[in-house]
Amino acid sequence: MPVAVAERASLVSPWVAALLAWLVPGVGHLVLGRRQKGLVFLAAIPTMFAIGLMLSGRVFPFDFSQPLVALAAVAARGVGAPAFLAGWLDLGRGVVTDASYEYGNAFLIVSGLLNMLVALDAFDVASGRK
Amino acid sequence: MTSHLLLLALFAFFVALVFATIAYDAPRLQAAFGVRIFAGFLLAGLALGWLMYPLPL
Repeated sequence: MPVAVAERASLVSPWVAALLAWLVPGVGHLVLGRRQKGLVFLAAIPTMFAIGLMLSGRVFPFDFSQPLVALAAVAARGVGAPAFLAGWLDLGRGVVTDASYEYGNAFLIVSGLLNMLVALDAFDVASGRK
Repeated sequence: MTSHLLLLALFAFFVALVFATIAYDAPRLQAAFGVRIFAGFLLAGLALGWLMYPLPL
């Protein structure tokens, strides 16, 4: 007999759900049995991040001497594994002279921020609040 | 790709999709909320674009 969604949510620690949701967008919801939501996040957020890379956006480094750069770095890392994969593949260096550079940054940063919201939502679902 | 409007629409689509999916569980409510956010982004973008048209003065 399949485990009910609510029952499955109670089996997963909220912190584990949030960590999984941050690491791979959508996986937190998939683990909690929220298949439709998980698949949407899994498709939408990495795609948005990839578009940001294609638009010559930059995954900013952690430079705390420049507060806005540091904030952008934290925000982009919110997307989890795709950001680390981009760093490993030497992508996301940014081409500041490209017309689409700022758009690319917006896509990269907002995909990370959206995934942070998704991780918080996974935490709430696993806590039984939703 | 340098079409500002297309990039705005693409950005609005993804943000609306994720917001609507987080906010509601029922697909009908998700679709209604997503369309409203998407339209809001587009209209706000167009309105701000027109307001900034005379700039720089």
